[in-house]
Amino acid sequence: MADVNRGNRPLSPHLSIYRPQLTSMTSILTRITGNAMLISALLVVWWFLAAASGSEYFAIVNGFLTSWFGDLILFFSVLGLWYHTLAGVRHLIWDNAVMMDVPTAEKLGWACIGGSVVLTLITVLLV
Amino acid sequence: MAFLTDRKRAMGLGSAKSGTAHHWSMTLSSVALLILLPLFVFTFGAALGGSYEEIVAYYGRPFPAIVAGLTILVTFKHFNDGVQTLLEDYVHGLAQKISIIAMTCISYGAAAIGIFALARLAL
Repeated sequence: MADVNRGNRPLSPHLSIYRPQLTSMTSILTRITGNAMLISALLVVWWFLAAASGSEYFAIVNGFLTSWFGDLILFFSVLGLWYHTLAGVRHLIWDNAVMMDVPTAEKLGWACIGGSVVLTLITVLLV
Repeated sequence: MAFLTDRKRAMGLGSAKSGTAHHWSMTLSSVALLILLPLFVFTFGAALGGSYEEIVAYYGRPFPAIVAGLTILVTFKHFNDGVQTLLEDYVHGLAQKISIIAMTCISYGAAAIGIFALARLAL
């Protein structure tokens, strides 16, 4: 027992030594989109607070959110939102231990990427 | 410690303690958001760009207001659970605890502000 190494154990190979794959990239993108959307969520809450505070403050916040810069943020938020949604569905599917083989997982990855672009275009056209 | 077997030393050190509750919480909120977010995107999207009077009238109606309220509540719960995992992966020690507490404050604070604003608009 005395010779058991209890700390400083060798770690499994980490991200840096792998060639980028569709499965790993789509997984990382899920995390990035999910956490980046904090910005959009806070903007939406700010907008609601402004609407509840009166017309003057609303004009400032609404002006920002409907400006070209606000539109740009919202456009990428919608793209990130649909991507994260589809990637979430992929996780709900995977939770049942199905479609986890590499060819199917890669097809689902392309479906997330393609699907999010299509859904974003639909959203932009409808809204 | 010398009399403990390797198995005894390893017991209880795995990830399967409260991890399943966290995972189930994520599953639950993700399914809720799957329904809520399309409803929110298209109601909020329809309202955005309107005048102040139009927005106040629109969010005075029950359906858009309830959709927005539920979406804000569940989104920030889902975000809080998600960002906790992110912080547990990349930030360690005291900084991890502080950042998880800070993000939890932001999540619940933003949700409270959103619900308060909606209540004021709708009532």
